[in-house]
Amino acid sequence: MNRVRSFNAGFYVSSAVLFVWLLMVLSVPFLDLHPNTVSLEKILNLPDADSFLGYDDLGRPLFDRLLAGAYTSFSVAFGVVLVSLFVGTTIGVLSGYAGGQWDHLTVRIIDIFMAFPGILLAIALSGLMGPGIGNVIIALSVVGWVGFARLSRAQVMSIKQSEHVLAARALGASHGRIIGYHILPLIVAPLLIELTFGIASIVIAEAGLSFLGLGIQAPEASWGSMIRDGAQYLLMAPHMVLVPGVALMLVVMAVNMVGDGVRDWLDIKGKK
Amino acid sequence: MLGYIVSRLFSAFIVVFGVVFIVFMLIHMVPGDPVEVMLGESASVVDREMLRHALGLDQSLPQQFINYLNKLAHFDLGQSLHSKKAISELLSERIIPTLELSIAALLVAFLIAFPLGIMAALKKGKAADTAAMVFSLTGISIPNFLMGPLLILVFAIMLGWFPVSGRDGLSSLVLPALTLGTALAAILSRMIRASLLEVLNEDYIRTARAKGLGTMRVIGLHALKNAMLPVITLIGLQIGALLAGAVITEMVFSWPGLGQLTIESIQKRDYPVVQACILLISTTYVVINTLTDIVYGMLDPRIRISQ
Repeated sequence: MNRVRSFNAGFYVSSAVLFVWLLMVLSVPFLDLHPNTVSLEKILNLPDADSFLGYDDLGRPLFDRLLAGAYTSFSVAFGVVLVSLFVGTTIGVLSGYAGGQWDHLTVRIIDIFMAFPGILLAIALSGLMGPGIGNVIIALSVVGWVGFARLSRAQVMSIKQSEHVLAARALGASHGRIIGYHILPLIVAPLLIELTFGIASIVIAEAGLSFLGLGIQAPEASWGSMIRDGAQYLLMAPHMVLVPGVALMLVVMAVNMVGDGVRDWLDIKGKK
Repeated sequence: MLGYIVSRLFSAFIVVFGVVFIVFMLIHMVPGDPVEVMLGESASVVDREMLRHALGLDQSLPQQFINYLNKLAHFDLGQSLHSKKAISELLSERIIPTLELSIAALLVAFLIAFPLGIMAALKKGKAADTAAMVFSLTGISIPNFLMGPLLILVFAIMLGWFPVSGRDGLSSLVLPALTLGTALAAILSRMIRASLLEVLNEDYIRTARAKGLGTMRVIGLHALKNAMLPVITLIGLQIGALLAGAVITEMVFSWPGLGQLTIESIQKRDYPVVQACILLISTTYVVINTLTDIVYGMLDPRIRISQ
């Protein structure tokens, strides 16, 4: 029976959530935000007419900081995903296509990078290189490329054996043409799924680094550093943790649900 | 079987060697002069040269790496720049708290994930399944550094059941273990559900049902045993997330483990200690994964034959 290709309601809701976030983030440079304006008389205040999410421990408006933090978060996520996708896919595709000694070497290198649990290597790197958005992107990319390399290598390994590739080779197509025309288009779908889930883990990782004080430098806002600052005022001003916390959770949840939706949609095996 | 074990051990050795190389290179990632960064700009030239010599940074890179390997082979990790203690001593003080936390978190994860995953698989498509999977998605989407403060807010500050932070008796272990364990439980319960669903369609399950066994016996005796294989691999891999998550969880709860030592040493620019911590945590991860692979090979002959 043919399954109709459709998404569930969760997919549409989370796509909408992400779209709204994206619009807000894109409009940040044009908005009149004051995320770093300290006003001592408003310290830890609850929401008022100027800031409907309240104020933090330095009297800075949380709504402005939330948007500035979203800007940081999204910038890092896109930066890391682009670098990791490019580096990882290039290494993975070439290694899988070439095979032999180079492939062995690549697999070993991938194994070595995978031996560092989670974002531990990124913690060490950004800790040593010092805070700052550029260093965060570098540190997370050093961890992030591995997933794309592993996936694209595995995909290429199986596709290069298929008959249409053999036919192209028999017709005298160059390696570049085989990779570009006959292999790459077939690995776009799995890479797209990996990319979606990658964004969710990068958003968490960036917030984690900033939470540890290794990410974005104060006074610039990041959701992670906002949660860390708020953790000291849990009893007096729980909104300081809840505002960035709920935002982070919503974005990560939405990205994961979009990832699930895209995977189900593209999953040919699942269609029975 | 012996061949399989030897090949796994050989791979693990190469990976550990690579990890050592990357950890060794870390200190060269410090922008500018690492010695100056560690001592600060006010340090005298004599002090700088002494530290440079003590760290071996005045030698050529290959020579430095050989020295580093040589020291590691003798279990000499050097000494802390800050406290002047032997690093091995610092690490041994911190291993037990991290182990405690990780094992407790694993226990929490099992206690939540198995009932949840089994229930979701049995009630597939029904409300209980949806609820379990919503819990799982929420658990995956709440990072440790948010879960920790939320649990502190509710159970330590508002209810006063557990201490806010520190390591003092069993009650202080509860909140950190919950923080670290729920994220793992979320992933694990999804895997258990998926794995069980696959097995439940098999013929031998239908046979077991047909001969009149109750649901509990079918699940416990027949289905779970076979559904466990992919779950074991996942647990091995997730130990990595657990170890990395412990770094953040330990910071949230001021838990005096390896993770806290790592971050404190980064803040103090005590780079040799940072290197040692990263090396210890990563090597532990490699050892656990190698053991998982070997156990998997013992349980499932297909794995070791395909190698």
